[in-house]
Amino acid sequence: MSVNYSALPEGAQPILSLRKVSKNFGAVAALTEIDLDVYPGEVVAIVGDNGAGKSTLVKTLAGAHSPTTGQIWFEGKEIVMKGPSDALELGIATVFQDLALCENLDVVANIFLGQEKSPLHLDETEMEVKAWTLLNELAARIPNVRDVVASLSGGQRQTVAIARSLLLNPKIIMLDEPTAALGVAQTAEVLNLIERVKEKGLGVIMISHNMQDVRAVADRVVVLRLGKNNGVFNADASNEVLIGAITGATDNAVSRREKRIAELEEQVEVTV
Amino acid sequence: MSNLTDKASQATTTSSTITSPETTGLLDRSDVRVSYTNNFGDAIHAFIDRVKSGDLGSLPVVVGLVLIWGIFTAINPLFLSANNLVNLLFDCSTVGVIALGIVCVLLLGEIDLSIGSMSGVGSAMLGVLWANEGWPIALVIGGSLCVGAIIGFSYAFVRTKFGMPSFVSTLAGLLALLGFQLYILGDTGSINLPYDSALVSFGQLMIIPAWLSYCLVLLPGIVVVVMGLRVRHKRQSVNLSAKSVNGIVFKALVLTVVLEAIVAYLNQSRGVPWMFGLFVVLVICMNYALTRTKWGRSMFAVGGNAEAARRAGINVKAIYISAFVTCSTLATLGGILAAARLASASQQAGTGDVNLNAIAAAVIGGTSLFGGRGSAWSALLGIVVIQSIANGLTLLNLSSAHRYMITGAVLAIAVIVDSLARQSRVTHGKA
Repeated sequence: MSVNYSALPEGAQPILSLRKVSKNFGAVAALTEIDLDVYPGEVVAIVGDNGAGKSTLVKTLAGAHSPTTGQIWFEGKEIVMKGPSDALELGIATVFQDLALCENLDVVANIFLGQEKSPLHLDETEMEVKAWTLLNELAARIPNVRDVVASLSGGQRQTVAIARSLLLNPKIIMLDEPTAALGVAQTAEVLNLIERVKEKGLGVIMISHNMQDVRAVADRVVVLRLGKNNGVFNADASNEVLIGAITGATDNAVSRREKRIAELEEQVEVTV
Repeated sequence: MSNLTDKASQATTTSSTITSPETTGLLDRSDVRVSYTNNFGDAIHAFIDRVKSGDLGSLPVVVGLVLIWGIFTAINPLFLSANNLVNLLFDCSTVGVIALGIVCVLLLGEIDLSIGSMSGVGSAMLGVLWANEGWPIALVIGGSLCVGAIIGFSYAFVRTKFGMPSFVSTLAGLLALLGFQLYILGDTGSINLPYDSALVSFGQLMIIPAWLSYCLVLLPGIVVVVMGLRVRHKRQSVNLSAKSVNGIVFKALVLTVVLEAIVAYLNQSRGVPWMFGLFVVLVICMNYALTRTKWGRSMFAVGGNAEAARRAGINVKAIYISAFVTCSTLATLGGILAAARLASASQQAGTGDVNLNAIAAAVIGGTSLFGGRGSAWSALLGIVVIQSIANGLTLLNLSSAHRYMITGAVLAIAVIVDSLARQSRVTHGKA
């Protein structure tokens, strides 16, 4: 379980550190003593089975839940977040799974939603320029920022949601299942996007069920199981190791299935 | 993965080589997949495409108006006489103000069915407190508007606090307010307003002087040119595409010529009523608030996706409150104007078709019943259509029985057009 931090610059400080963070909902311990570090310019994937506590962790970091016990350190200072706006102010941006875009508004309006400057006289030109700048930084291919979001594809919407999260110059961006609803090409686009965000020196936390995507962009893979840390791996860790950590056993449904298929193939070979 | 990245970047490079001869270098014109309108022909094509995809804008109104005016003029040529049109404008102003309020509520995907009763309460309070009790007129109007605001606040309160659908709460409000109207009018039933008062002459007689009306309608054209050139300059300075000077001047000229022609025609008779002027000013203010302020943007956002708006940090409850308060306050104002127009506050004020006329006007004008789509202008355009029908049918000596049936049918058609346009937008990926 040795983790390779050598890619990081010497003496790099994590932007975000969690130490022994727990979250209880009544009798249910959703998170138990979670430790997590995110460094600038790295992508940390959080994987785990259903009910592993991924969403609770995201909501805790987005300020929607406050941890029952434990400490959250941000840029070397311990922080307490009272609500989502606190997280935004600190520089923790979240892209939710359902993206939370208004389909009847155009791309510019969605990117600036709730953050419009000069509330009594909106400066459309300035907002449009800023929108193009953000989208171009992501090398995003949005045909026209004056199109309503309803006319965009799933990948393009994801792009708009990510561009919106970058508006306030966050230090960390969290993506909840960014590729869950996307096709092959759109998934590739979003993965490119994540790499570009990383190149900008931001820390990225990505939650995903898709091992292939995780392997493609993540620097480290943090496995959660039943609300606890169940290992930190490099992206090149083998599938069996990761799945073993996720399911908590070397003998699990996935490995049993693989074994059965292998046995079947052997039988076929024998009969042939 | 790397393979995919390569392909993506390859695609970008090939596409950029294709465009290089005609690349404009503008920030918003770099995507080759989009065709842009460059000349008049393109603009017409773009317009046809927009309509086909269900983005009807004000087209139903224009078609409706031409149809209605054509039919009524064919039956009774008096319909298009300047004198009749001036009367039409007087009638438009009262229900139009109510329709302007309902636009706010419809934008959120909510509804207020009590606007008719609310306007009735407004006129009843005016009659009782001003005509009977002799309170100062400013105090009475201010007080009535405050009552309207409180009623609107209570709708928003039960909507946001208890999740009570506005359809139900305002239906309850319809009956309760009607009761309140009858209660404060008491046994008299109908109160005549002093005929020589400023308010009544505002509602019946006061006309913008001809010279002033000619000057006032120059303003829109001037604003179009000044703002158009300013925006153009600003967009050019930050490397965005801008409208051509010719286009701006052409638009301003057409607007000015059309408006001057209308005013000239109306001035053959009495001219443009001040009350209609007030209505237009309210529409312009509302249009500015909806399109150029953070409040307006938030209204559209809440109407489109309330949860997304909440997560973007918009105070959704405050938006609901502002919409319902605006709606009820404007409904009260509409009631006061209607009382001034009729020079009386009666038990019939605000009953009958006022409710549906206001809602129908907003919907016909292009404000969607499903929320997130519409404009302040829809109140103005829609009410002209609705009031033309009422006015034309009256000229034909048709009873209110026929009027109700026909207005009901028109409302149904308007909602069907709205629904069809919405379905079309969905299939064209625009809703």
